[in-house]
Amino acid sequence: MLTIYQRSKIGAKSFEAPFITVPKYALDDKYLGKEETILPSVSEIDIVRHYTKLSQNAFGVDNGFYPLGSCTMKYNPKLNEITASLDGFTSVHPLQEEKSVQGCLCLMYELSQQLKAITGMNFSLQPAAGAHGELAGLMIMKAYHESRNDFKRTKIIIPNSAHGTNPASAALAGMEIINIPSLDDGSVDIIALKNACGDDTAGFMLTNPNTLGLFEEKIMEINKIVHKCGGLMYYDGANLNAIMGIARPLDMGFDIMHINLHKTFSTPHGGGGPGSGPVGCADFLQQFLPSPIVIKENDNYIFHKPSKSIGKVKNFYGNFLVMVKAYTYILTLGAEGIVGAAQKAVLNANYLKEKLREIYYTKGSCMHEFVLSMQKVKEDTKVTALDIAKAMIDKNIHPPTMYFPAIVQEALMFEPTETESKTTLDNAAKVIIDIVKKAYVSADELHSAPKKAYITRPDETLAARNPKLRIDLAKG
Amino acid sequence: MKFTSTHEWVKKEGNLSAVGITEYAAGELGDIVFVQLPEVGDNVVAGEAFAEVESVKAVESVLSPVTGIVKAINEEIIDSPELINEDAYSAWFVKVQVEQEGELISQQEYLDLIK
Repeated sequence: MLTIYQRSKIGAKSFEAPFITVPKYALDDKYLGKEETILPSVSEIDIVRHYTKLSQNAFGVDNGFYPLGSCTMKYNPKLNEITASLDGFTSVHPLQEEKSVQGCLCLMYELSQQLKAITGMNFSLQPAAGAHGELAGLMIMKAYHESRNDFKRTKIIIPNSAHGTNPASAALAGMEIINIPSLDDGSVDIIALKNACGDDTAGFMLTNPNTLGLFEEKIMEINKIVHKCGGLMYYDGANLNAIMGIARPLDMGFDIMHINLHKTFSTPHGGGGPGSGPVGCADFLQQFLPSPIVIKENDNYIFHKPSKSIGKVKNFYGNFLVMVKAYTYILTLGAEGIVGAAQKAVLNANYLKEKLREIYYTKGSCMHEFVLSMQKVKEDTKVTALDIAKAMIDKNIHPPTMYFPAIVQEALMFEPTETESKTTLDNAAKVIIDIVKKAYVSADELHSAPKKAYITRPDETLAARNPKLRIDLAKG
Repeated sequence: MKFTSTHEWVKKEGNLSAVGITEYAAGELGDIVFVQLPEVGDNVVAGEAFAEVESVKAVESVLSPVTGIVKAINEEIIDSPELINEDAYSAWFVKVQVEQEGELISQQEYLDLIK
């Protein structure tokens, strides 16, 4: 496919500037660019066709089943888009006086309260994404220890089944990372945790359900161990969808957390729009929250800086229109609907897992996602998890998460989400089983899958070793 | 040549010991695209991470089989990480002046481990 620059033709245009009736103004030379700006010259219909084609070559949750584990690619209701495009939300300016944007502030306040009802924690809506929320949360952790003149707590304990963002955020926050092993089911190795805890422990980062989609049953024992040594418990909200409205992270002993509004609360992600990763904490930490937060004083909503705030982590107030979408979703579902969504997410994951018994069998039930190992298929046929994932593309299914968590060999991680029907799940199960069966009869075909996608099988090794990150726009 | 249960090898070369990852480890990782090495003069500790390897599917820490001081690093594998996939036992990562060995196993023990 051509780039928009390659479609450019001298003289082609979509817009004719009106005849100028005022005298020309000669700009001072110092304000003028020295080089000609390269912009594409394209007619309107060519622009429309170009971007329509681009959208057709992409794959989103609006195109088909998208069981990308750990990402919660649930359907984004169109009502969210309608509310987020209301004039009152889109034509405000962040520098307006508080009294002139009371509606927007009210929404931020109420969203924080809704998140508090679901998790038990107090929120700042500033962070722009999940990992940004993690960083803000770890900065709160650090600020808390330092406020008590406890400067030796520099280590953060993270299980080896954790999301990769956990150690990355901890490193960015200037902490030393202590990796501990997990048990085979991905749950915390209590003995390893005990051994790692000490008077230099800043905290422990955990997601629950864990990355194998199983509930951490010893969570109360875990939080006692961490708190006993003086550390804090951090909850990675990536898997909140499984428990929202049913169990609160605060009650599990967590002190700090983030929520991915773009996962759990149905706002678009994966290139569909900006994210939002509110950071929350227990009451004793709320004075450390990023500023500003919205509070209610009498009948007015005002911006407030918590007394020991770690400061701003984003310009102005965070990605506001994403908050509008999450707020819409929570109000649409209501308290019962939120619980229902979590239950159906878990039901759907278990249903798909059971349908796949034929190729993979594990005892017990999972939460909102599950992990299959393709190790046996690989040993038998040389067909890898990657090949199987790629072959799903030809059947109009987005591949599941591959090779994560790293503790499972040839891992494929499925998260169907609550929004998928039984028909969709039945079809997906059939597709996956057919592909695995095909591995035993025509492996070569799978090594080169997908065949029907716009981009078939990119050379990932070449792309990683010799990345081509720039394109000469003039040459195309 | 001796091995660790975490898929590293160590081989004595004169006063120093060369350290790398095993063929099995390289095979499991798949095509390696990036290697991060310590600097000459750094201390390495047996059982602790001293390098990182990144393949198209994962990033893994490489644990040191020995305690000692890094005397040389293999710049070639930084520029051409595919050398590790091509011949894991000649693509050494670092050469260490060994102060103490960690828990090492023999070739036979290692082969039994990955069977």
